[in-house]
Amino acid sequence: MSHAAIALRDINFTWPGQRTPTLVLDRFEVQAHEQVFVSGPSGSGKSTLLALIGGINNAQAGSVEILGQSMQALAGSGRDRFRVDHIGFIFQQFNLIPYLSILDNVLLPCRFSAYRRERALAQGADLLAAAQSLLRSLDLAPTLWTRAVTQLSIGQQQRVAAARALIGRPEIVVADEPTSALDSDRQQGFLDLIQHECEQTGASLVFVSHDQRLAQRFDRRIALDEINRCAHVEENA
Amino acid sequence: MSFLFRLAARSAWNRRLTLALMMLAIALSSAMLLGIERVRHEVRASFSQSVSGTDLVVGARTSPIQLMLYAIFRIGGATNNMGWDSAQKLAKNPAVAWTIPLSLGDSHRGFPVLATNGDYFRHFHYGDGQALQLAQGQAFNDIFDTVLGAEVAQRLHYKLGDHIVLSHGMGGMHLTDHADKPFVITGILARTGTPVDRTVHIGLDAMEAIHLDWQGGARIPGLSIKAELVKKFDLTPKTVTAVLVGLHNRAAVFGLQRDIADDTSEPLMAVLPGVALDELWQVVGIGENALLVVSGMVVIVGLAGLVSAILASLGERRRELAVLRSVGARPFDIFLLLALEGLAVMLAGVLLGVILLTLALCALAPMLSAQFGVTLHPSFPAVGELQLLLWTIIAGFVASLLPGLRAYRLSLADGLTPRL
Repeated sequence: MSHAAIALRDINFTWPGQRTPTLVLDRFEVQAHEQVFVSGPSGSGKSTLLALIGGINNAQAGSVEILGQSMQALAGSGRDRFRVDHIGFIFQQFNLIPYLSILDNVLLPCRFSAYRRERALAQGADLLAAAQSLLRSLDLAPTLWTRAVTQLSIGQQQRVAAARALIGRPEIVVADEPTSALDSDRQQGFLDLIQHECEQTGASLVFVSHDQRLAQRFDRRIALDEINRCAHVEENA
Repeated sequence: MSFLFRLAARSAWNRRLTLALMMLAIALSSAMLLGIERVRHEVRASFSQSVSGTDLVVGARTSPIQLMLYAIFRIGGATNNMGWDSAQKLAKNPAVAWTIPLSLGDSHRGFPVLATNGDYFRHFHYGDGQALQLAQGQAFNDIFDTVLGAEVAQRLHYKLGDHIVLSHGMGGMHLTDHADKPFVITGILARTGTPVDRTVHIGLDAMEAIHLDWQGGARIPGLSIKAELVKKFDLTPKTVTAVLVGLHNRAAVFGLQRDIADDTSEPLMAVLPGVALDELWQVVGIGENALLVVSGMVVIVGLAGLVSAILASLGERRRELAVLRSVGARPFDIFLLLALEGLAVMLAGVLLGVILLTLALCALAPMLSAQFGVTLHPSFPAVGELQLLLWTIIAGFVASLLPGLRAYRLSLADGLTPRL
C-alpha cells in the first residue's frame, strides 16, 4: 500500500511564546505525484504549515507524516536529514547563496545529503552533469552558468532555485510563493517548467501562492484560510 | 564537515573587507599586547641584570632600596657617606676578593658623574657576568681623564679627546660648573643596557681635586686652586658613597653582612643586590602590572569589536542561514559556521599581529635602543608570550561562540522563513 506523500491530521500548533494557536486543521493530505495549489492570505498559517511539513517545528497535537514517516518520531537532527533527503524548497526570493557559483548552489542538497547525492548521480554521469542537465531543462543556457549569482535576473535566480529543489529527485517539492517576484508572463513560464519537471521526476508539488490566476493549472486547490480553524487573517494584508 | 569548511571560507571571502578590518583590529591589539609584554620583559631583564657578580653593596645606613637606587641606578643622592677608612678596612678583609669604591654627587648635563678607580673596569660586571668593555680609548690614566658611558657619548656627540666640564650636584638647571677644571675624554664604554651607559666616570682623586676649593656645597670665596696645582695636595678621598664588594667565597656573604652591620666604628649596612633588586622591582612592578592591564583591555576592546561585527552581520546573513537550513544544514552546522569564522579571524589576526610586531621591531629597534636604552630584538615569541597569545585566541574563540549561539537560536526560531 502506498502512503500519502504528506499527511497531517488533527493538527494544533502554537508558536512558542504565543497564547493562541496559529494552525488548527483536521486533515491536510497530498498524494504521491500529486500537484496541489495551496492558497491563503498572509496570516492564514502558510509559513507554519511549511515549517511542519519541513520538520522545522513539531505540532503540539496531531500527527505529521511525510512519506509514511512520522515527523514527531524523529529527533531534531533526524528531521533535518529527512528534510534534505526528501523535500526540495523554493522560496519567494533570495533563494541563492550569493557567494557560491550557480552550479554550487544547485548542488547544495547533495552536499548535505548522501541520499540526494546518490539519486543525483543516477540522473547524470556525475553530479556536475546532473546539475547541468537540470539547468538546461529549466532553460538556463550554459553561458549563464559561470556568472555570479547576483548577476542573474530574478527569474533566472528562481530557476536556479528550482534546479536546486529538484536535484537528486526529492519525493516532495515545496514552493512558497516562488512567482511573486516575477512579472506575469514569466510566472506562467516558470510554473510550466516546475510542473513539467515535477511530472518528470515524479515529485509531489505543494505550490503555495495567493495568486488565484495560477490556481487553475492545478488539479487540486486547497484554501488554507478555509481549512485552518484559527486563521488570523490580517485585515491590511 | 570539509564542505562546511569550504562554505565558511567562501562566505568569509564574500565579506572579506569587513573581516579584514576585524582581523586588523585583532592584529593591532595582539601586537600591542605582545609588544608591551616584550618591553616589560626586557625592562625587567635589564633591571635585574644591571649588576652581577657583586656580592654586597655597602654604604651608610639607609634603606636597602635607597642604597641600590643611588649606588647602582644613580637615582637620588646619598644622605650620608661612609668613611674612606671603613672602605679601606673592608678591602683588607680576608674574605673580600675585591672592592669598588663609588662616589657620587656631581653631574654632567643631566648625566650622573661616578668617581671610582681602576678596579671598577676590572671587577664591575653586569648581565650574565659580562665585564665592561671599552669601545674606544682607554681607562683613566691622568687625574682629569674621564670615561663615558655609551649613551652619554652618543647623546652629546662626544668623541675621544673632547673636553667636558662637570657641574656640582645632580639634576636641576642652575648648577655651578667646575669650569676651572675641565676633563678630557679618554675612553668610551661599549653599550651595556644598564645605568653604566648613562654615567660619566672619573677617578676618585679627580673628585677630590675638583672639590679642593669647595666647602659645604659651595665654592670657598676668594680661594681658587688651579688645575695644574692640584697634584700638590693630598687627593685621598675622605669619604665614598658606597662600596661594591666581591667575595672569594659567596658562602661568606651573610657572615660579612652581619659583621658590617655590627661594626661599631661606623654605622654601615651591607645589602645583597639580588634581594634588594627584587624588593625594588616590587615597587616599580606596580607600573608594570598597570601596563599589562592596559594591554589586556586593548585585547578585550578588540574582541568586543570582533563580536559586535559578527553579530551585526547576522542580520544580513539570516536569509543565507535559512537557505542553508532548507537544504539540510543543522542548527549546529550554522553554529559551527560562525564559530569557525570567528576562530579563523582570531588566528589570522594574532598571526598578523606577531608579524606586524616583528616588522615594527626590525624597523624601530635601533631607535628604541638609542633613545630609550631599551634593547628589543625581533624574535620568535617566547613560551610566556605564546601562552599569552594562546589565551588571546581562546578568549577570541569563546567570544565568537556568542554570535554562533545567536545564529543557532535564530535559525531554530526562523526555520525556513526568516522573520525580518
